[in-house]
Amino acid sequence: MSGANDPYDPKQVAALSQEALDDALALGVGAFSNAADLEQLAAVRPEHLGDRAPLLLARRELGALPPAARSDAGKRLNSVLGDLKRFYAERLEQLEAERDARVLAEERVDVTLPWDRTPRGARHPLTTLTDRIADIFVGMGYEVADGPELEAEWLNFDALNIGPDHPSRSMMDTFFVAPEDSGLVLRTHTSPVQARTMLDRQPPIYVVAPGRVYRTDELDATHLPVFHQVEGLAVDKGLTMAHLRGTLDHLARQLFGAEARTRWRPHFFPFTEPSAEFDVWFPEHRDGPQWVEWGGCGMVNPRVLRACGIDPDVYSGFAFGMGIERALQFRSAVSDMHDIAEADVRFTSVFGVEQ
Amino acid sequence: MKVPVSWLSELVDLPAGISVEELDTAFVRLGFEVEEIVRPPATTGPLVVGRVLEIEELTGFKKPIRYTQVDVGEDAPRGIVCGARNFAVGDLVVAALPGAVLPGDFAIAARKTYDHVSDGMICSVRELGIGEDYAGILVLGQDGFVPGTPAADVLGLDDVVFDLDVTPDRGYAMSMRGIARDLAGVLGVPWRDPADLPLPDWSGAPAWDVTVADADRCDRFSMLALEDLDPAAPSPWALRQRLAQCGVRSISLAVDVTNYVMLELGQPMHAFDRATVRGPITVRKATAGERLTTLDGADRALTDDDLLITDESGPIGMAGVMGGASTEIGDSTTAVLLEAAHWEQTGISRGVRRHRLPSEAGKRFERGTDPEVTVVALARAAALLVEHGGARVVGAPVDVDTRTPRQPVALDADLPGRIAGVDYTRAQVIDALEAIGATVEGTGETLRVFPPTWRGDLVEPADLVEEVVRFRGFDEIPSILPTAPPGRGLTERQRRRRSIGRALADAGYTEAPAFPFIGTPQLDALGLPADDDRRRVNTVRNPLSEEAPALRTTLLPGLLASLARNLARGQRDVALFEHGAVFPGGERPAAPLPGVDRRPDDATLAALLGAVPAQPWHVAVAITGQREPRGWWGPGRAAEWADAVQAARTVAQAAGAELTVRAGERAPWHPGRCAELLVDGRVVGHAGELHPKVCETLGLPPRTSVMELDADAFPAPGVPQAPPISTFPPVLIDLALVVADDVPAARVADALADGAGELLEAIRLFDVYTGAPVPAGSRSLAYALTLRAPDRTLTGEEAAAVRDAALAAVTAATGAALRA
Repeated sequence: MSGANDPYDPKQVAALSQEALDDALALGVGAFSNAADLEQLAAVRPEHLGDRAPLLLARRELGALPPAARSDAGKRLNSVLGDLKRFYAERLEQLEAERDARVLAEERVDVTLPWDRTPRGARHPLTTLTDRIADIFVGMGYEVADGPELEAEWLNFDALNIGPDHPSRSMMDTFFVAPEDSGLVLRTHTSPVQARTMLDRQPPIYVVAPGRVYRTDELDATHLPVFHQVEGLAVDKGLTMAHLRGTLDHLARQLFGAEARTRWRPHFFPFTEPSAEFDVWFPEHRDGPQWVEWGGCGMVNPRVLRACGIDPDVYSGFAFGMGIERALQFRSAVSDMHDIAEADVRFTSVFGVEQ
Repeated sequence: MKVPVSWLSELVDLPAGISVEELDTAFVRLGFEVEEIVRPPATTGPLVVGRVLEIEELTGFKKPIRYTQVDVGEDAPRGIVCGARNFAVGDLVVAALPGAVLPGDFAIAARKTYDHVSDGMICSVRELGIGEDYAGILVLGQDGFVPGTPAADVLGLDDVVFDLDVTPDRGYAMSMRGIARDLAGVLGVPWRDPADLPLPDWSGAPAWDVTVADADRCDRFSMLALEDLDPAAPSPWALRQRLAQCGVRSISLAVDVTNYVMLELGQPMHAFDRATVRGPITVRKATAGERLTTLDGADRALTDDDLLITDESGPIGMAGVMGGASTEIGDSTTAVLLEAAHWEQTGISRGVRRHRLPSEAGKRFERGTDPEVTVVALARAAALLVEHGGARVVGAPVDVDTRTPRQPVALDADLPGRIAGVDYTRAQVIDALEAIGATVEGTGETLRVFPPTWRGDLVEPADLVEEVVRFRGFDEIPSILPTAPPGRGLTERQRRRRSIGRALADAGYTEAPAFPFIGTPQLDALGLPADDDRRRVNTVRNPLSEEAPALRTTLLPGLLASLARNLARGQRDVALFEHGAVFPGGERPAAPLPGVDRRPDDATLAALLGAVPAQPWHVAVAITGQREPRGWWGPGRAAEWADAVQAARTVAQAAGAELTVRAGERAPWHPGRCAELLVDGRVVGHAGELHPKVCETLGLPPRTSVMELDADAFPAPGVPQAPPISTFPPVLIDLALVVADDVPAARVADALADGAGELLEAIRLFDVYTGAPVPAGSRSLAYALTLRAPDRTLTGEEAAAVRDAALAAVTAATGAALRA
């Protein structure tokens, strides 16, 4: 840094005079301040901070000064140069911020524009409601059992204590399958799954069987020839009607809210004894809280247990069944069964949100 | 069963002031669903009994008209014009006087008609709103009422009728007697059993010579003979009114009386014209070839399961089902042979169904009647015929009674409580059983319960438990959640079905379940060849529609119908899916029908389960219109074959299966736009564009595309194994290849992957180009390859070597050339 010890006295260099330095600083500050944008700032930068700028050229003169004067002049020069650079940096930051703000403002979009490029699909509410009910029972430790819709007549009727000449057999409005001696029907209820389960294994049995069933009803606002049921079956030691009620009450609460509960009316089903139809208290009904008819239930008839190889002196069981369409009807205020059966996307898509 | 409250109150001491609503609740508690509560029609103003004093026939009008003088209990008779002719001087009628308003806001006023002032109206049952099937005006008979009596009481206009749904196990409740007993029991009030009649001291020869040859089907057969019946004697109004309230049409006194006794006691009866019965009566089964013309005029071929009442001429009635025409009572019948019997239930049930002859009698017999009351019913009917028809009983009744005493049911006194989950006391159990008419004996743990004669359904302890719980009421049963043992959760198959449904919904498809009924026209519309396996169907013997008697073998007919329905309702862009069972047909052995007294043996059970056809779970989609809609972002994209194939990939992915695709050909797809879908080398379905002819036939938009596959054919997915994740940088290579048009892209990609070897991490087709400079008959396929090594950064030389190897392999396999 320091030059040789000059034998002769220093001579003042004009470019390093304080006055000249201050002038250069003022010129630079003025130019940077006047730059309106980043482009102008970049354009004027070489003139004041580039290699040929006065302050940078002045630095070259330092070497000509004697040591004492060089130190003084160097300090002054660096101070001025530092001020100018700092000012430049501030101006640059300021202009960049202005530019960023402008660009972001220019990039503003209408966020309310729709972007429905991928159409939305939906599962059918019968499916989602069936899954929901099945899940409630799975949560209680039940298993979900499946059975065929085209079913053996013996499993649909005889095994369930509905003998060939039983009046309720003809009341079932059965679809019979050709030929006449095929021994097959379209199942009229999900109850044959009960029989299949009991024939397949010994208690304890806790199963729920959702599925599609068939009756020879013409389609109208309140009837469907093809509809869905959920059947439940529990066979264990010491099961009572109190356990049946507890199970149905639990289901009702899970499905229809904490206030829901069931009410029973004596009824007749060949495969249960005692038998009841049950109503559910539905607080959210669109016509106000009320009892709604929902399904049937009862204690498994010992004759059914025997036909399926389970000793009724050791085990007892309960069974229940209800219509999914019926539940959908009052839970979601469906007024016409046609809407459930006709696969109109406007109907189904509403239910896409429910899993 | 229709139950008039006025009739009920004659049998039951109903609590004073009991409301219709309270009765409703009581019936429901007993298990009798109230289908309807029929309230009397609204009638106001003066409605009185009148007596016709004079009839003046008016002539000169379009139809005969009568001008009558009617005594309505006032100082002077009123003149009333009447168009009906079914009455005579002296008859009691119902007159609506000016100021009365009949049902339907029918206001009565004095008005001039047919040149006379009519000072009121003589009413028909239709005008009174209490019946339909009665021609002419209502005639109450010649005596029994004083003119001027308010008619409301006479007509039952203040009476409420409950229409109860009686379940098939409760035959006894198909009578006023049964309903009254149950109601009195649950209300805790006294009642009068109408079957508790002192029998007359009949004497003389038995009514007829009767033999019962089939005691299994008929364990009691009783008859009583009457003579000197006035065939023209009308049924008294009170009887007709009750029948009308119960929904039974009035025919003649003899028929009305048997129907009335049936409603009262539950015992159906039959009346023979005694003069037409030839020789001794035998109750026996039919022999093959025998025929019987029944009351409805039908000539019926009989089977050897039909139980008959016969005389020397042959069959004269089908037992419990319908009488024969040859012995029918008619307008001139004066001698009647009344029959009341107890028939075995299932035999009646078979007969009713075989001959399609449902009747009020059949309904009661197949549900079980009380064998104890046959003679009582005869006595009751005879008394009514004597009273109202001038008849007299001849000789003594016949009563062939071969019943064996019923065995008591042994019931643990605590069983009802154990089943209900309620601590019933022994006394409560006995009380309930006695309320239904049972006799209970025994002092120990086990009760000996003798069910009443009218309860043939009470055979096992469980049957008695039901009655105890019913009488105690369900409200006593507490609510206790049982603890099930830990379960296995959903099965693989159940989870897969859910995943598939969710994946398709996420991909924009809406689930559209359809009824699974199809017919030949739907299969023809799909253009299925004659030998197509989907034409082998299972058929329903009693379909709702003759056009669709079969069960679906493919989801497409239902799905395309749903698609068409949505289009018809104004949708344009529709993507639907369905998943569900299909029912392939084919020859199968008949399913056996084993007994039910115990579990079928393993062989029988296997045959039973084996006779039920497999019903695989199919998944299908149908898509038309815009797959992606046009919008402010630009034009839309029309749905096409590729969407259907992609739906198959979506399904496979959701099921954890690896799907491969190759060109296929199968109806109803476009032969050049049909993909065969394979899993593990096995064809599981097809996807692509519908054949243009199919679209045309079904009225669907061109290019509608569909997919159908068998989801049950997917193997259970294995447990996914984690891949090694290299952290070294990848090398990306693009390759544009010119290949002949008939080379499937899938083969090109496979060859590239084979050639590239294990350094290939991913390969993706990113462009397909045809046109200059690519020569005609060829196309350019551009692939992006990602290469990566597990253990090092690849060098340029290594990457070039992989590229060359891939190129060499694809050239060798497909004749592809690097695009210049």
